[in-house]
Formats: sequence, C-alpha cells, structure tokens
Amino acid sequence: MRRGLLPACLIGGYAFLYTPIALLVAFSFNDSRLLTVWSGFSWRWYVALWNNAPLVSAALLSLRIAALSATIATLIGTAAGFALARFGRFRGRGAFAATLSAPLVLPDVIVGLSLLLLFVVLQRLTGWPAERGASIIAIAHASFALAYVAVVVQARLADAGTELEEAAMDLGASPWGAFLAVTLPLMAPALVSGWLLAFTLSLDDVVVASFVSGPGASTLPMVLFSAMRLGITPEMNALATVVLALVLLALFGAWLARRLPVAARTPLR
Amino acid sequence: MFLVLPMAIVLAIGFARPAEGVPPFALSLDPASFLGLVADDYYVAAFLLSLKVALVSSLACLVIGYPMALAIARAPERWRSLLLMLVILPFWTGFLLRIVAWIGLLKDEGWINAVLLRLGIIGAPLHLLYTDFAMYVGIAYCYLPFMVLPLYARLSKRDAALEEAAADLGAPPWRVFLTVVLPLSLPGVWAGFLLVFIPAMGEYVIPELLGGPGAETVGRVLWGEFFLNHDWPTASALAISLLLVLLVPAAVWQWRQGRAAAIPPPTRHPPPPTLGPLFAAQARKGRGLSSPSPLAGEGRGEGSRASCVGSP
Repeated sequence: MRRGLLPACLIGGYAFLYTPIALLVAFSFNDSRLLTVWSGFSWRWYVALWNNAPLVSAALLSLRIAALSATIATLIGTAAGFALARFGRFRGRGAFAATLSAPLVLPDVIVGLSLLLLFVVLQRLTGWPAERGASIIAIAHASFALAYVAVVVQARLADAGTELEEAAMDLGASPWGAFLAVTLPLMAPALVSGWLLAFTLSLDDVVVASFVSGPGASTLPMVLFSAMRLGITPEMNALATVVLALVLLALFGAWLARRLPVAARTPLR
Repeated sequence: MFLVLPMAIVLAIGFARPAEGVPPFALSLDPASFLGLVADDYYVAAFLLSLKVALVSSLACLVIGYPMALAIARAPERWRSLLLMLVILPFWTGFLLRIVAWIGLLKDEGWINAVLLRLGIIGAPLHLLYTDFAMYVGIAYCYLPFMVLPLYARLSKRDAALEEAAADLGAPPWRVFLTVVLPLSLPGVWAGFLLVFIPAMGEYVIPELLGGPGAETVGRVLWGEFFLNHDWPTASALAISLLLVLLVPAAVWQWRQGRAAAIPPPTRHPPPPTLGPLFAAQARKGRGLSSPSPLAGEGRGEGSRASCVGSP
C-alpha cells in the first residue's frame, strides 16, 4: 500500500514546490496586468523591467556585491574548512567549529544587527568605515557566507581522505607542493560550488543588507522588498523568470565544472 | 571572530541606555532594556507568537518533507541526485521572488481563490493573504529543503534487513514504519526540525509580507525598534534574548548528538558539524559522481545507526 502512497506524496511535494514558480513564469509573459486572466503573449513586462532604471542599477550593484563577497567568502571559508578537515584536533577546534556553523542557522535579524553594531563601533574607534556603502554590504555578506563555503570545503576534504596527499609527500613533494598539486584540485569542485553558494546567498539577502547599508547603497532585494510592501506587479514575475533562467544557467555551469575534470580522470560508470 | 565580537557588542549595547544622537545609545551597565522586555506584555507576546509560528511551520515542513525524503531515499539510486536537486532548486530562485509567487496565489483575487470560485466550491473569495495561515505556508515553503536534506541523509542510510526482519515477524507495513523506520530516522527529524525552527523564530521578511498587521513576531518587533523607534538598546536586548531562547534547543540537540557520537568507534572523520546533515547530503551527491573513496562515509553511518538502536 505504501508503495503507491510514497510516490504520491513525492509528487504532491513537488507540486507544492513548483506550482507557484510555474505560475510565476507563465504569467510573466501575460499581456494583462490582471493576475489570473490570460490575455495573450507579450514581452511587455520584460521591457518594463529593462526600462526600470532604479531596479537595473540596483541589480548591477547587487551583482558586484555578490561577486566581491563570494570571492572574500571563498578565500576565508576555504582556509577555515581546510583547517577543520586537515589540522586534526587543534586547540579550540570545537569552539571554532561552533562559531563557524552558527551563522548558518542564526536568524538574519540577529546577524544583521550585530554586524551593523560592529561596523558602528569600528567607525567610532578607528574612523573606518567612514560610510557604509557597497563594500560594507559585501563584507557583511562574506562574513556569513564563508561559513557555508567552509562546510562545503570541509565535507569535500573529509570525503576525499588524506591518502593522496600522503602519497604525494611520500613521493617527495613538499607540504606546499602537495597542497598545490593534490589538495587544491581535490577541493576545486567545492570551491566552485562554495563560491556559487556565497554568490546566491548574497543576491538573496535583504535583511542583513538593510541593517548594514547606509542611505547610499540599495541592493536589488532591498528595492524589491520595498516595492513588494506596496503590492506585487507583473514586472516582478518577469524578474523572477530572469533570475530563474540565470540560476539554471549557473547550476548547469557548476554541474559541468564538477563533471568535466572527473570525466577526464576516471571512467564513468 | 566574525561572530563573537559582534555578539559581545550587541550584548554591551543591550545594557546601554538609549540616548539622543548618532549612534543613539550611551554605554552603561543598565539592565533596563532587558527588564523592559520581561515587563512589557508586547515583547512577551511577540516571543510567544514567534514560538507558535516557528512550531507550526516546522511541523508543517516535517509533515510535507518526511514522506518526500522517504520516497527519495527509496527511489532507484540513479534517480536520487536528480530528485534531491529538484528539492533544492527552488531554494536558489530568490527568496523574495518565491514570496511574490505566494502573494499571487493567496491574494483575494489570486490563484487559489480564482480556482475555488470557478469550481463553485466557495461563493466569495477567502481571505488568505495577511493571515497566520499565509505565514505558515510561506515559511514551510521557503525552508522545506532544510527539512528534506537532513531527513534524506538519515533515511538513505537505512538497513533493509531490519525492515525485512520486522516484516517477516509479521509486522504490517505501518508497524514496520512506526517501530523501525521512524525511530531510526529520529536524529534526522531533530536536525531538520531545528534547521527550520531556529531561522523561523527570527524570521522578519515572511511575517512582514505574508502575515497580517497583528503578526508582530520577534523579528518584526526587533526591526521596528531598530528602524522605526531607533531604540538600539531594546533591539539589542531583543536580539540577545532571541539568541538565548534559540540556544536552548540547539544545545539540547548538540548534547544528544554528542551522546550518540560517543558510542561508535572513532573513525577518521570528525563528528559532523552542527549543520553536517544538510551539507553531507550535497557532499555525498558529489561523491556519487566522482567517488574517490566509496568507504569513507560508511563507517560513520553504521556506527551512529547502531548507537541509535542502543538508545531509543
């Protein structure tokens, strides 16, 4: 009996997940402003989106912030993940792991408030940052995204084991040489997915950015959020479709990045 | 360092007095902000409401996510990565945009009402948006992957022999599920529940956009104190209180995990970090493709399963 029930639940679950998105995509091409009335195919909301100057500039700013914060997060997060996976049980490892994984679940409002207060206190003590603009948002995003990168890198390294690095060092490679020749290529897929994860986290965040940013910098989610408070428009459907298309493209890229080096090294099953 | 330092500052400002000026506080050791929280019913009610919202939406996630995770874990192996990917995919499409979708569904002139009216089930549009129900649905929708992934990680490590043994001894399928499958998956249930519950407690955006004006959750109250009232000490005190409330379930879970991890023989791997299950599923998926060490994860799985049997 459960054999029939389980797939039904699965299909129901996917319906729950995808019906809203499907409606969103389909009706982004709707000519009518009315939500549930189809009046013909049209690109007009995409044109309106393109001509919405504040939204476009906010989107460009968001992309810049996301790229910067993803890069910072990948650099620091990789070091942290590497330390957790390879340095054994160093002093304070438990505390290190706990403080590292806490931002993964902490509510955004706590993260945002605490980071803002940190920046305010820093400014009082050192004069930096003089104003809270895009780079401060990027640093704030990197500070919580690096935890995700660290977890991904650590999982990858723990799964890969240390045999290959030991073999390289037995064969005469210096620790640094073994890191470059063996560990780094092993981590590469995790670096790519970690960077992409950090990138999307930054693009997705509205709460932390609202807390830390000054009046000058408004990211895309912040602009979108204040527009959504007033009500939703078909332009938002179009925006969602564009984002979805970009995400699918990026996922495909990540899948390729993961697949290609593997395909070159080992035969596929 | 990125975590501890800001937290210390929040704590310090929680004890500060509100003051005119920029930034609007003066350092002191005045517990007035904290006492104000306890004394004022408004804040207590916010915590209780958040607790209710987080509990209901986590349970909703569990009810939707458990059968999904079980079905994926029982699916043929080559389908599993794809099925998991399909669960994660909506998670990448933009948090706000998914809420746009739900506003479109739940509005008075939205999709659900349009369909129900067309079918003649209801005579007048239901009021769905800006209700607690909308809030539960929104949170459950946005956090579903956080429930499914740890559950899947747990359920995919099952031992078919145990279930067959139970069935051979005459247990009907529902009893096999209740006495074997469900108890073995409890760590995954806990992990998933907490991964939804903790962020849901402090959620700001979803109550703001989907909940009614009366849905003053902790996240919204904190936001209001900070941005509208410019009362930084009260906002900080709220953040610290929320953190303390959240630490309790997290600590209980860590303790349970620590107890479970103490029993199996030590392996090469450190015990999974707090969020291990969620990302372990992803890592495992990666291993399915590249597969450098097929035995790496097995020892841990066997060990913790055995310990789970030992401590019902």
